[in-house]
Amino acid sequence: MSRTQQFCTFFLDGHFFGVPVQQVQEVIRYQEMTRVPLVPEVIRGLINLRGQIVTAVDLRRRLKMQDRPASALPMNVVARTDDGPVSLLVDEIGDVLEVSEEAYERTPENMSIEQKEMVEGVYKLENRLLLVLNVNRALQVDGEPQLA
Amino acid sequence: MDELIQEFLVESSENLDRFDGDLVKLENAPENQDLLSSIFRSIHSIKGACGFLGFQKLEKLAHAGENLLSKLRDGELQMTAEIGSTLLETGDRIRQMLGNIGNTGNDGDEEFLDLIHRLHRLQERRSASKSEPSLGADPEPQPSPEMAKFEAETSPDNKNKLQTIVDAVPEQSSKGPSATANPEAQSASDPEPARVAEVHEAAAQEDISRAAEDRGKGNAADSTIRVNVTVLDRLMTLVGELVLARNQLLQFANTQTDAAFHAVSQHMNLIATELQEEVMKTRMQPIGNIWSKFPRTVRDLVVACGKEVHIEMEGKDTELDKTIIEAIKDPMTHLVRNAVDHGIEFPAARREAGKDPAGLLRLRAFHEGGQVNIEISDDGAGLNGEKIRKKAVERGLVNAEQAARMSEGDAFNLIFLPGFSTAEKVTNVSGRGVGMDVVRTNIERIGGTVDVQSTPGRGTTIRIKIPLTLAIIPALVVTCAGDRFAIPQVALTELVNLEAGDAKGGIEMVHGAPVYRLRGQLLPLVYLSEALGLQASLEQNTDLNSVNIVVLRVDSRQFGLVVDEINDTEEIVVKPLRKQLKNVKTFAGASIMGDGRVALILDVPGLAQRANLAARGRENFAAQENSKNAVSGGEFRQTLLLFEGQGKTRMAIPLSSVARLEEFAQNRIERCGAREVVQYRGQILPLIRVSEVVDGGMAVSDPDEPQSPLEVVVYTEKGRSVGLVVDHILDIVEENVLVRHRSESTGVLGAAIVQQKVTELLDVASLVRSVHPKFFEAAGGA
Repeated sequence: MSRTQQFCTFFLDGHFFGVPVQQVQEVIRYQEMTRVPLVPEVIRGLINLRGQIVTAVDLRRRLKMQDRPASALPMNVVARTDDGPVSLLVDEIGDVLEVSEEAYERTPENMSIEQKEMVEGVYKLENRLLLVLNVNRALQVDGEPQLA
Repeated sequence: MDELIQEFLVESSENLDRFDGDLVKLENAPENQDLLSSIFRSIHSIKGACGFLGFQKLEKLAHAGENLLSKLRDGELQMTAEIGSTLLETGDRIRQMLGNIGNTGNDGDEEFLDLIHRLHRLQERRSASKSEPSLGADPEPQPSPEMAKFEAETSPDNKNKLQTIVDAVPEQSSKGPSATANPEAQSASDPEPARVAEVHEAAAQEDISRAAEDRGKGNAADSTIRVNVTVLDRLMTLVGELVLARNQLLQFANTQTDAAFHAVSQHMNLIATELQEEVMKTRMQPIGNIWSKFPRTVRDLVVACGKEVHIEMEGKDTELDKTIIEAIKDPMTHLVRNAVDHGIEFPAARREAGKDPAGLLRLRAFHEGGQVNIEISDDGAGLNGEKIRKKAVERGLVNAEQAARMSEGDAFNLIFLPGFSTAEKVTNVSGRGVGMDVVRTNIERIGGTVDVQSTPGRGTTIRIKIPLTLAIIPALVVTCAGDRFAIPQVALTELVNLEAGDAKGGIEMVHGAPVYRLRGQLLPLVYLSEALGLQASLEQNTDLNSVNIVVLRVDSRQFGLVVDEINDTEEIVVKPLRKQLKNVKTFAGASIMGDGRVALILDVPGLAQRANLAARGRENFAAQENSKNAVSGGEFRQTLLLFEGQGKTRMAIPLSSVARLEEFAQNRIERCGAREVVQYRGQILPLIRVSEVVDGGMAVSDPDEPQSPLEVVVYTEKGRSVGLVVDHILDIVEENVLVRHRSESTGVLGAAIVQQKVTELLDVASLVRSVHPKFFEAAGGA
């Protein structure tokens, strides 16, 4: 029996992504956000997660994808980090999948640099590919003001 | 780490703190049995615990200290400075070993045999000298069983080592070894063995009563428990949430008619409020917790520098939030050390000045206006304003002119500038030129202020004002571009509302920088929407709507923050921002509002900095600009030439830089290269159109009045002249000029109010230089 790992999966601009379930605290539907001026645009705002203030990072923007249409409300994948929870904004939530280690492969060489940096590897599933997101790297967002 | 050991470390460090504190008190009250017992208990419990946990080296040292203390407690020894110092050193070493245990899990390699030996010598020597006169009544035999016990408890190899040391001590070699090695011989040498037994019995009884006392104390200890701070923080968060849920519930209840439901929600409301208060209390600690270390600090300093200082404390029970207590610990320590090292004079000097040779250091804490005031005062020589001014000028922190104009109080506050120190020589205590600025930075970081007052010959008082808590603060909630922002109330001085009609006239522009005259003083304005890069146009605000100005204070300066709407003041729970947002200096944190949405808390100093209002007050300005162009923030009397620039802007230059006023007909202007010149007294006078340089405005004169002559101010320096073309010369006035608003524009010093009107002060030299960079050089060469 080969080792397996569970992933919390989600969609971003048609791509299928996953984060190991251990790193995910919870998944919640769209929350109203308070925008934060003077920060990089990947930070969409702050949400109130039961009294905790959580920063919401838009993964589409982080991965240099097109913005989702204004009508489509993003969902929150709240990730655990050393610095407390951070919300990852995604298009849609998928299932929790259990995948075999055997299906793993390193990130293809020909992916764009920005994406390759944040994608740890790929699981070859039956009918699609699951991209594993490196949460820590995805959250390395400097809060330095854009307009200095 | 093992939980047991962790607990031992926490407990022991508390014991040691008490040990230090009590010892210092004991030096002033050597007869105080309670203190002695408390000291003894402190070290005894450390010894007991480490014996249990197997830290032999630590146990040995603690035991040696305990032995000496038992002598003191039983009245066999008198407290002396030497004993005090040795015991304090013992405390330090134990602390060091505890540190080792915390880091590595064992008590380190050092055994501190020298210290142990000194502890023994102290107890032996005293009892020896004391035993001479009254042998019979003296309970002298006691050291021997103690020593025997001590030896029995130490491991054999260490015992040998120790024995060698004991042997090496002259006083002991004559008496000690025989006594320790042979208790029977000792009791045999005693003329009245029965008495010895009696003494022992008495001691035993005392032990019992003491044990009972300990139990009494134990009860007090049972009523408190240790709780991890993270648990308290979590509780705090949950209560915050509960309060929010409560608010929502109450809103909902208003729409309902069910009386029972109303009653329940009211009840819930009360409970939530009470719960919030109680949870807040769990985070409060008395300031005495940090003060208790100061007697020791002062004692060590006093011994090191040969002064005499008494320390007095008032308001030890004043409670502050734990995070604040931690934040002010280092600044307070620094101030206390400073007061002893610099403030209080040497005994001889004090006697000469007719003061008590022992200086007095007073710490005082009290609540006032929702803030905690802490005062640290000494009755020393006081600050020397002249010396401070001189030093500040030497260090280039201010220029001589400014220093001279400064009030005494302002001069004292110079000590808070970075890089300032008046200590003649660097001692190991202070005088490295870092310190007071760090003190101020640390205190301002938690929303506090520091101020110094001093009377020469009478002493210095440093006053710190800090908020009670950082967790929940009163804040003003404002709206800007549709978002809400909270402004901490501490920074707020007043609110100004300009009605739509007044707004346009009320706000004046100095080179695109909006200012408002607040009771005759120029208040620089910052539009929050602009500072944050939010959508909202300036014109729209000033022309159509009324204008809301929130007057804020940073250091000693004020500025006005223009917002769309002023909502309300609220108590808000401050939550820190996460890593991704930490670098944004404009926000101090975030909070959750009544409707459950998040609002950002503005960091007022950060905002001022962002809006280019310097953060550190006028001193820093001067430091940057140094002596060049001698600009000052102070008020000074000057004779000014007033004139109008383009668009009726009022400008002024010091009359001292005006050589002559001339009028030239338009047709006299000739061109030389790209420049306009006129022939003037046999020379070629280059012309500078002031408005063009300063405003970047339009060239040439008004086409409507082509024939009007040019009004020219002739400025001469080093034999070369230049003509400044102005629109209209107004007046010459003598005024007290206070430069209130600095400008980034070329050739402008800043704005001031002259004759009740906003006027720009020009810096002629830099104005000329901006047009003819080589003007003064050429002049020098010619």
